[in-house]
Amino acid sequence: MKVTLTVNGQPCSADCEPRRTLADFLRHDLGFTGVHVGCEHGVCGACTITLDGATARACCLLAVQAEGADVTTVEGLATGGELHPLQEAFREHHGLQCGFCTPGVLATAAELLATNPDPSEAEVREALAGHLCRCTGYQFIVDAVRAAAVKPA
Amino acid sequence: MKAAAFEYVRAESVTDAIAALATGGSQVLAGGQSLVPLLNMRLARPSLLVDINALDELAYVRRDGEHVEIGALTRQRAVETSEVVRRDVPLLAQALRHVGHVATRNRGTLGGSLAHADPAAELPAVAVALDAEILVRGPGGERVIGAREFFEGPFRTVLTPGELLTAVRFPVRRAECAIEELSRRSKDLALVAVFVTVEQADGRCARARIAVAGAGPTPIRAVAAEELLHGRILDDAVLAEAAQEIAAATDPPSDLHAPAAYRREMAAVLGRRALTKAVR
Repeated sequence: MKVTLTVNGQPCSADCEPRRTLADFLRHDLGFTGVHVGCEHGVCGACTITLDGATARACCLLAVQAEGADVTTVEGLATGGELHPLQEAFREHHGLQCGFCTPGVLATAAELLATNPDPSEAEVREALAGHLCRCTGYQFIVDAVRAAAVKPA
Repeated sequence: MKAAAFEYVRAESVTDAIAALATGGSQVLAGGQSLVPLLNMRLARPSLLVDINALDELAYVRRDGEHVEIGALTRQRAVETSEVVRRDVPLLAQALRHVGHVATRNRGTLGGSLAHADPAAELPAVAVALDAEILVRGPGGERVIGAREFFEGPFRTVLTPGELLTAVRFPVRRAECAIEELSRRSKDLALVAVFVTVEQADGRCARARIAVAGAGPTPIRAVAAEELLHGRILDDAVLAEAAQEIAAATDPPSDLHAPAAYRREMAAVLGRRALTKAVR
């Protein structure tokens, strides 16, 4: 089936089978390799993207369900060569670590700050609990999200 | 972990969906937060997926007399953040905070969780605790099923082929409520979870509603514990007695995560904590 959608503001289109997950479609068919695939059953959070303004697990969606949708991947976070304040904060606070879980974490953190501009440490930790980081270094990520929260976006 | 091949159809109307679901081997795709992982792991092998995500008429929350009616396709996050739900069915709003993370609640639906009928899931237990009514449409017309009759066993409901869950009606219950849950990972399905609402009048229990998830083939309603509390002054001794009745109502499984005896003991511990929290 042909799937047409908008990714990071650009119209995109490709053919795929109905069983293709949105994560695989974005990576393999459209080339947005910032979408990372971990557990493929919704637990690890690595594939988290923003779909029509709300975060979603790209591995728990079929590409055919995203027909006409507006998707933002980590590639779409920076604007005009300027890093997003969250990306800046992750760099400053060593929140990037190995980088595998980072794209999904950034999507979740951006949604958290959009709904709660000054979250407590507990609220940041609750939001991050949907992401498994195998570096196990959550503290730097928490620091980065809280630092970004106090910066003007 | 890639799904086996299947046919896919995007339903444009409820009638459309019901017609497509009459095909053998078909399955409804709503939010997909349980189904797509099962497809990826090939634990589910439908021949046809009927995608109902375009059916906007099934996504709503509305107050209707003494009920709050919620369309089956309403996203869990929309239910959780609804002012009507927070005020009139607070147990449901509270339970949603235990249902996956924001990213999964953004996609997951109320109807999908009930139709999936995981005995360890929160929303079926809330429906059973509050005596929700489940509205279903099929080739033979519409029917209304009480939540306690809806669940038949693990991942089994009384829905017949061609039937589509369209809405859930929750009685308005502004009573004090509390949830205590034990899970292996944050926001995971429950090892055991207890859901309670308590109405008090003149210092005594006028009405208690108690359901347990993860401790039987379906969500369990702890009727004997509710009856024990009726008309009593809710002191620690009475709550401890009720907690034992909650545990006695369970029929927990043993698996690699926990033996049955542990789950039953936790039903008592969590039940007592939830009741204490609800009555302050």
